[in-house]
Amino acid sequence: MQSLMNKPGSAITQSLRGMALCHPDTIKVHFDPDFVERTVTARSGKVAVISGSGSGHEPLPTGYVGLGMLDAACPGPIFTSPSPIQLLAAVHSVDHGGGVLFVVKNYAGGVLNTELTIELALQEGIDARFVLVNDDVSIANVANRRGLGAAALACKIAGAAAESGYTLDEAVKVTRRAVAACRSMGVGTNVNTLPRNGPGAILADDSIELGVGIHGEPGEVRSVSKGMSEIVGLIGQPILKDLPFAAGDRVLLLISGMGGTPPLELYLFSEAIHDMLVANRIRVERQLVGNYLTSLGRGGYTVTLMRLDNELQDLWDAPVHTPALHW
Amino acid sequence: MGQEITVTQLRRWLLAYAARIIENEDHLTELDTAIGDADHGVNMRRGMGKLQERLQDEEQTEDIGSFLRSVAMTLISGVGGAAGPLYGTFFLRAATSPTNGSSVDLAQLTQMFRFGLDGLQQRGKAQTDDKTMIDTIQPAVEAMEAALATQQSTAVVLAAARQAAHLGMKHTIEIEARKGRASYLGPHSIGHQDPGATSAYFLFETAAEVFTKTGAD
Repeated sequence: MQSLMNKPGSAITQSLRGMALCHPDTIKVHFDPDFVERTVTARSGKVAVISGSGSGHEPLPTGYVGLGMLDAACPGPIFTSPSPIQLLAAVHSVDHGGGVLFVVKNYAGGVLNTELTIELALQEGIDARFVLVNDDVSIANVANRRGLGAAALACKIAGAAAESGYTLDEAVKVTRRAVAACRSMGVGTNVNTLPRNGPGAILADDSIELGVGIHGEPGEVRSVSKGMSEIVGLIGQPILKDLPFAAGDRVLLLISGMGGTPPLELYLFSEAIHDMLVANRIRVERQLVGNYLTSLGRGGYTVTLMRLDNELQDLWDAPVHTPALHW
Repeated sequence: MGQEITVTQLRRWLLAYAARIIENEDHLTELDTAIGDADHGVNMRRGMGKLQERLQDEEQTEDIGSFLRSVAMTLISGVGGAAGPLYGTFFLRAATSPTNGSSVDLAQLTQMFRFGLDGLQQRGKAQTDDKTMIDTIQPAVEAMEAALATQQSTAVVLAAARQAAHLGMKHTIEIEARKGRASYLGPHSIGHQDPGATSAYFLFETAAEVFTKTGAD
């Protein structure tokens, strides 16, 4: 297959350059160390919101840089955490005296590098904290739960809180509350393609992989001869039971493709999810369907529900202007 | 009391460490190929190259704290992967331990290692028997503390550290990994020596060589 991913080393740099060319009014890109920064200067004292992530999950995190969301994002190598050197360079560039909030998905490398960055920032007198995103219900042990779609939602909530004048403590608190209100699960419908490694195992036509991660972490292979409603049952019930979501709850629904599933299929899936939520008397107040957290070109999707209250809904509705999200 | 260790000797120690790692790059790669992602040798060699440049170029700082901090920053940026932040944390925390400014005595040197170890455990959340660099560093620091408590000389304290580190490193062959990428292999990780425990062992091997060569009690 011809793909720029055949040269993963330079692909990230070139992709960042391309991104900057496409969104010159919104973002600017720094190299060596690599980070993406918003062009609109923040007011003095605003909390700076930064997220790092391995590359391959675009638009997370670089596509969420801009007014009302991230002040900076640090892309690591494919599926590998960015370094403290990148994260600290971003801190120096976007700290406006209000402290720094990191949004971190729960993977060992990301947490390690962020904690070290925070130690270095604190030694320089810059207040920094992090919010851990761990919304994946397919992992029974809560401490090991991976970060999925809630990462994108947490960046929006934290960014809106920071823009509207929350202090670092307040922004951390509301972002943690937002993450705690989220539950997610991933479904793989075809195999993951990793650069250099080539395609993985092939799934049979009537099979899905339930509970997959976004780095090719395997799930449980299940036969689903009855189609979408059966998939929705397998994925929806564990999500609903875990929080638990109850009749009367208002939710934000995020259905994100992993990069290899056409929008046609995502909307087809969303119909079945809506039916399931209506049957459980859960009201969908806000929704996003598209590619918001991907896994290179993998077929499949993640579903995230966030239980809304007035504060979270207001922060979600607040203006945002980034390459991937704007209203 | 006893021998004072200066910044110059610390610099000599870390140059010896860098050289030892570079000599052992293939060995580290081989160990990490068996149970990890085969990058420990390359990452450490790259970091040690940067460390050599830094130690040779650097303005001759006499302050031990700032010296160790600059070592930490060099390792964080130069090594990368998981080992970069872990070794970086070790030296960053060591840099915060009490000194006499431009030198440390044996008790302070021991405490410096203890600060580094505590930081490493806090950051990596690993315990002994998880099959990590902790399996080398913790017994070495404990051996230093025990030898120090019985008023032993620098040579004896560092020989004890080296021996305990060596035993700890060899012990990782027998145990199952519970942290890091090797933990995905479960019982299949048994029978292989941990690459991180191996690169950490060289810290104590070179310390015993360098600090006891340059004048004993």
